[in-house]
Amino acid sequence: MSILTPRGIINSLLLIGLALVPFVTEAMGDSFYTGLISRILILSIAAISLNLLIGFGGMVSFGHAAYIGVGAYMVGIGAFHAFEDGIDWMLNGYVQLLGALLGSAIIALIIGAISLRTRGVYFIMITMAFSQMLYFTAVGVELYGADDGLSIYSRSDMLGLIDMSDEKSLYYLIFFSLLLILYFMHRLNGSHFGNIIRGTKSNEARMRSIGVSPYRYRLTAFVIAGTIAGYAGFLMANLNDFVSPDMMHWTRSGDLIIMIVLGGMGNLFGPLYGAVAFIMLEEVLSSIPLTVGGLRVGEYWQLIFGPMLILIVLYARNGIDSFLPGKARAS
Amino acid sequence: MSADILKVENLIKRYGGLLATDDLSIDVRKGELHAVIGPNGAGKTTLIKQLTGEITSDGGTVLFDGKDIRRYPEPKRSHVGIARSFQITTLFQNFTVLENVILAVQSHHGHSFRFWKNANNDPDLIEPALEALRQMGMENRKDVVVSELSHGEQRQLEISVALATNPKMLLLDEPMAGMSVEDSTKLIATLKELKGRLSILLIEHDMDAVFSLADRITVLVYGRAIATGTPEEIRSNDEVRQAYLGEED
Repeated sequence: MSILTPRGIINSLLLIGLALVPFVTEAMGDSFYTGLISRILILSIAAISLNLLIGFGGMVSFGHAAYIGVGAYMVGIGAFHAFEDGIDWMLNGYVQLLGALLGSAIIALIIGAISLRTRGVYFIMITMAFSQMLYFTAVGVELYGADDGLSIYSRSDMLGLIDMSDEKSLYYLIFFSLLLILYFMHRLNGSHFGNIIRGTKSNEARMRSIGVSPYRYRLTAFVIAGTIAGYAGFLMANLNDFVSPDMMHWTRSGDLIIMIVLGGMGNLFGPLYGAVAFIMLEEVLSSIPLTVGGLRVGEYWQLIFGPMLILIVLYARNGIDSFLPGKARAS
Repeated sequence: MSADILKVENLIKRYGGLLATDDLSIDVRKGELHAVIGPNGAGKTTLIKQLTGEITSDGGTVLFDGKDIRRYPEPKRSHVGIARSFQITTLFQNFTVLENVILAVQSHHGHSFRFWKNANNDPDLIEPALEALRQMGMENRKDVVVSELSHGEQRQLEISVALATNPKMLLLDEPMAGMSVEDSTKLIATLKELKGRLSILLIEHDMDAVFSLADRITVLVYGRAIATGTPEEIRSNDEVRQAYLGEED
């Protein structure tokens, strides 16, 4: 991936722009946008991890929000016990982070081990069913607020290394995490492992006939993607000071898929563009001041967003990616 | 050790009440090109699928290189030295020619739990991959994406991919299907070079190709081998003439 292509330049400009966000919003005296863009970047991290499965691996997992939820609840539960029961170590950010990564990895391992024995629509349904099981589990646990969710009174304590309660530090933690994950995915896709994942999407029959049993590679990809989504959850809980079962609802998983479709599947930067477009459209469309027959149009923003999505799927098969110069090396 | 690389005995495949492979015995000697011919629906592709492990067999033994591989899953059979070309082109369509062959080499270079180093720049993979392309005369097309290749080139790449797994035996399922006359003439010449170094089981409808290439021929009718012999023996076999060749010429 050379940076000196028109496409590389646009990608770099986007990243440079994102790097400057806190300074710009500071100059504008409005920190709202730092929070908004933080949210976009966290979602893009989750969407990039899901793109490893959908775009590169052809595994349409419809339950990816579950891992975000697992990661987020690790922060929420830790803060809860530190606050209620005075268990201080549970506020330790590194313990919470480890819990978020391990928890989401283990859950992804279990869900993946079962789901990856199926293909196509069955795979979609079974991953969605598992994520709904987690959703209803969270709804059922009264201790942690059931469906009201859990407010986080104290963000992860990173022992002085990063001040999570400072919006700017948190933003840069998110931004550099995104850069790191983008680079990791770039390496991964070109590696031996990435070859197997992309090859299996392209032609599983041929893969088997040249001597590869794809299952364990796909399961590994599933766990990698789940773990990164868990990390996104860890960040999200800190940003929102709040976790709730809603984060795991299947419609949240659907949002991540929409971001990938919007941005362009099987392309490294696609989910980032998709997440930016998705959240921006949500913001803009839902604040349309127009009123028709006593109904505020903004409240029904999805009525406008839906047809837009249909048009994109029909006429720009690769989403925003189709409008960028140069040809992305498709998976 | 016997001179047989492949020894199939009493092989059976049932689809409901239909016997697709009916008590079939066939052997392929080391370095031999053994052709299997028969009318449509005789069970030729079923036999290939049973040998590669794509479908399971309902009975019989498959001895390959002295090992009974009948219960080996498909990927494992690739690792004991069986490689296959598909009747319907089965390639990584959105990969380049070289990447297709690299993937085949890679799958025989240890495990692929390597997450960092670029695979398609790895000289350990590129060299053998280029060699497999060279054998089919395709190295000058290495950077072309498969979906942009002609049909004939895709058929050749099928065999390159099979060769890249460094097999002891090639199973070729109608490699000349849909090829132009020049392309199949070229392929016949290439297969002549390959045989001797490799054992080949060839399924082909092009009788000129079969009779000019094969050391031995087995005739399959309704899942059963009705005759095996040299091309001359097959040509003069009455039962074969009746069942099959008679209709052709």
